Amino acid sequence: MEIAKRSFDAVIVGGGGAGLRAALQLAKVELRVAVVSKVFPTRSHTVSAQGGITAALGNVTEDNWHWHMYDTVKGSDYLGDQDAIEYMCRNAAQVVYELEHYGLPFSRLPNGKIYQRAFGGQSQNYGGPQATRTCGAADRTGHALLHTLYQRNIQAKTHFFDEYFAFDLVKDQQGNVLGVVVLEIETGEPIFIQASAVLLATGGAGRIYQTTSNALINTGDGLGMALRAGIPLQDMEFWQFHPTGIAGAGVLITEGVRGENGYLINKDGERFMERYASHAKDLAGRDVVARAIAVEIHEGRGCGKEGNYVLLKLDHLGPEIIKSRLPGIRELAIKFAHIDPIEEPIPVVPTCHYMMGGIPTNLHGQVVVPGTNGEEPLPGLYAIGECACVSVHGANRLGGNSLLDLVIFGRAAGNHILDYLAKERPEVTLPKDALEPARQRLARWDKKGQGEHINDIREELRRVMQAHCGVFRTQAVLEQGIKKMRQLAERLQHAVLRDQSKIFNTARVEALELENMVEVALASVISAEARKESRGAHARDDYPERDDRVWLKHSLYFKEGDRMDYKPVRLKPLTVEPFQPKVRVY
Amino acid sequence: MRFSVYRYNPETDGKPYMQDYQLDIEAGDKMLLDAILLLKAEDETLSLRRSCREGVCGSDALNINGKNGLACITPLYSLRQPIELRPLPGMPVIRDLVVDLSQFYHQYHSIKPYLINHDPEPEIERLQSPEDRAQLDGLYECILCACCSTACPSFWWNPDKFVGPAGLLQAYRFIADTRDQATNERLSDLEDPYRLFRCHSIMNCVDVCPKGLNPTKAIGKIKSLLVKRTV
Repeated sequence: MEIAKRSFDAVIVGGGGAGLRAALQLAKVELRVAVVSKVFPTRSHTVSAQGGITAALGNVTEDNWHWHMYDTVKGSDYLGDQDAIEYMCRNAAQVVYELEHYGLPFSRLPNGKIYQRAFGGQSQNYGGPQATRTCGAADRTGHALLHTLYQRNIQAKTHFFDEYFAFDLVKDQQGNVLGVVVLEIETGEPIFIQASAVLLATGGAGRIYQTTSNALINTGDGLGMALRAGIPLQDMEFWQFHPTGIAGAGVLITEGVRGENGYLINKDGERFMERYASHAKDLAGRDVVARAIAVEIHEGRGCGKEGNYVLLKLDHLGPEIIKSRLPGIRELAIKFAHIDPIEEPIPVVPTCHYMMGGIPTNLHGQVVVPGTNGEEPLPGLYAIGECACVSVHGANRLGGNSLLDLVIFGRAAGNHILDYLAKERPEVTLPKDALEPARQRLARWDKKGQGEHINDIREELRRVMQAHCGVFRTQAVLEQGIKKMRQLAERLQHAVLRDQSKIFNTARVEALELENMVEVALASVISAEARKESRGAHARDDYPERDDRVWLKHSLYFKEGDRMDYKPVRLKPLTVEPFQPKVRVY
Repeated sequence: MRFSVYRYNPETDGKPYMQDYQLDIEAGDKMLLDAILLLKAEDETLSLRRSCREGVCGSDALNINGKNGLACITPLYSLRQPIELRPLPGMPVIRDLVVDLSQFYHQYHSIKPYLINHDPEPEIERLQSPEDRAQLDGLYECILCACCSTACPSFWWNPDKFVGPAGLLQAYRFIADTRDQATNERLSDLEDPYRLFRCHSIMNCVDVCPKGLNPTKAIGKIKSLLVKRTV
C-alpha cells in the first residue's frame, strides 16, 4: 500500500470551534494551512453548544475579569492552573468582540450591546451576588460561533480536507512531529499530510458513556493519537455530568434555562437546590447540581413512575422569554421529551457532557511532557479545545467557559505556530519506516474470518463506563471497571469487520474510533481509581473530602505500562495574586 | 418494523437496488436515526452520515418516505411502513445514503457567506438594536443539511448555476445584517437569470426545512430589493 503525500506549513486536525479559530489565525497571514475534519466542519460538536460564551463585558451587571478568574479557579475546585485561567479570563472580552466583528449574530440588549445571561458559578466581587456574564446568540451560541468561524475561513481561503479521518501522528526518532496520516473516507485511501506544525483540536470523547450529551463523532480521536505517540493524558478522571440532559434522550438543556430563572424541582415540587447550595441555588457549580439531582433520585424523591429523573421548571418565565431567548431548547423539549416547556416542566437527569482532562499543554497550546528539566514542550505539536488540558477547567468546568477556551487557545496556538514557523522551521526528513505503524493500524482491519462485531464491544464499553466511572465512585466499583475495560481492550484485538470495502466505509472509521474510545476509557477509569479524594466532578463515596495535602496535583496517565504520574498545579497566576485553595461553598 | 433502503456500493454493485430490512422494535419515543443505527449494528455495510443526533448539525438528511428530512428528529411513529429511505435526490450518490454535496457547498461558498464591513474595528462590539438583530431570526439558524436545495427542481436542473434555496437564504442573512456593507455587491452578484431567478416559488424548500425556515420568503425579499434598486 503506497501512501500519497501532501505538504503544508501547518495541519490542524479537527474543524470545530478551536480548530477553525486557530486556522483563521494562520490563514489570515497566508500560511498554507490545512484543516482535516472527519465531518464537514459545521457538523462538529461545537454546533450543539447552547447557552453562550463567558466574558466579563459588564453589559448587564458590573463586572471585571478578576471576578471571572476567581469564579473559574473556585469552579475548578482549585485544580485549574491559575496562569492559564488568568490568560483566558483577561483576554475573554477581546476575543468575544472579535467574534462579533467576524459577524457572530449575538442577541442584543436594548442599548445595542451584546446580550448576557447568568450562568452557574458566576459571582460579582469574589463570591458575592450572582453575575450576568455569559454572551449568547439566543440559545444557539455554538451554532452561531461555529458557522461564523467557518465562514471566515472560507474568506481566508483555508484549505479544508472534509471527511478525512486522522488516525496517527508521525514522528522521527528524535521525537520531532512530522505530520499526520489520514484516511480519505470517500476513497478509503490513506494520505500522509506533512507539516512543520501539527495542531490537535479533535474535541471530546463523551461517547464512552451510555448517557451522554455528546455527538456520535465525539470519540477522542486526538487523545488516542497522543497516547499511541507516547504522550500522557492529564486529569482524565474528571468528567463533567451536566445536570440537565433530557431524561432518556441525553439531549442537553442549557444551564441558560436556570440563568433565565428556571429551576429544578423533585417529586414533591420542592425547589431542592436550596438545601444543597443556599446562596447560588440552581446556579451552583455543575458538579454540585448534578450530585444533588443524583442524591434526590437515589433517596426516592425522583419524578415519574420509576422516580428516575427530576423536573426543570420554566413555564413561569412566560412564552415571550422562552420563545425569544430559549427557542432551541423549546424545540428540543418538544421533539425529544414531547412536552412544551411553555406549559410543562422538562424531565432531566445528569448526563455526561464534558471532559476536563486531555492532552497536557501550556498556555500557548504547546503539548508538554515530563522532561529532564521539568516540563518540556514537544516542538511543533499543539493541542487545543476539549481534547487539550491546559488546564483552565481543573476538576469542574463552568458553563460558558468551553466556547471561551476554544477561541482563546485557538488564537493563542495560532499565534505561537506563527512564531514557531518563522523562527525554527527545522529541516526534517521522513525516516524510511515512519509510516509503518499507521499502515499496520489500517491493515489490522483487513483481517477476515470470525470475530466479534465492533458495535457489541462499543456498547459494552459505554455500559461499563456508565456503571463503573459515573457520578459517584468507590474503590471496588472502579477496580472492577478497570478489569472489565482491560477485557474489552483484549476483545477489540480479535474483532473483525464485515465490511471490507473501500468507498465511504463508515464501519472502518467506527473501528478506528473505537480503538480511541478504548484508550480514553482506560485512561479515565485508571486515573479515577488512583485519585483517592473527592474534588470537582470526581466524587468518591469512600474518600468524600478534598485532600489538598496529597492531591492538589494533576494526574498523568501513560499508555506504556498503564502508568500514573503526577505534576503540580500551577498556583501562580501571571500578574495577579494567587487564589489560595479554600472550602468550596455555593 | 419494516424498512426499504436504497443500497449502492460502486465497488460491487452494477446498479442501485432497494434492500428490505426488519427490526423487532417498538416505535415508542425512538427517532428514525435510532432505528437506522440498529440496522447498521446488524449490517455494517450500510453507509450514512450522522453526528449530533439532535437536529443541529445537518449530517443525516435523507429522503424519508419520499420527503427530505433529518433522520434524528423524525419520530418513528410518524412514518408509514415499510419506511423507504433514499439518499437526497438529485445529487450524485457516493454510496448507499451518502451523496456528494460538492455543488451544494460550492453554491453556499459562492454567495460570500461572511460579514463584509470595511470600517475600522471598534475596540468593543459594533452596536445593533434588538429589532435589527431580529431581522436575522429565521435566517442564521440554517444548518446546511441540504434538505431544501435537494428538494428543489430548479436546483436539480442547474446545480452549477442556480444558487439554490440554502445559499440564497444565507445571501439574504448577510444582506439583512445591519453590520454588513456589501448589500449592493451582493445584489449585483445575484441579479442573474440563473443564480437567483431560477427560483419559481414552488416552495418545496419551505415544506421540507427541518428547522422551519422559509427560504422562499428570503428569496422574495432579495427580488424586491432588486426591484427597488432599479426604480
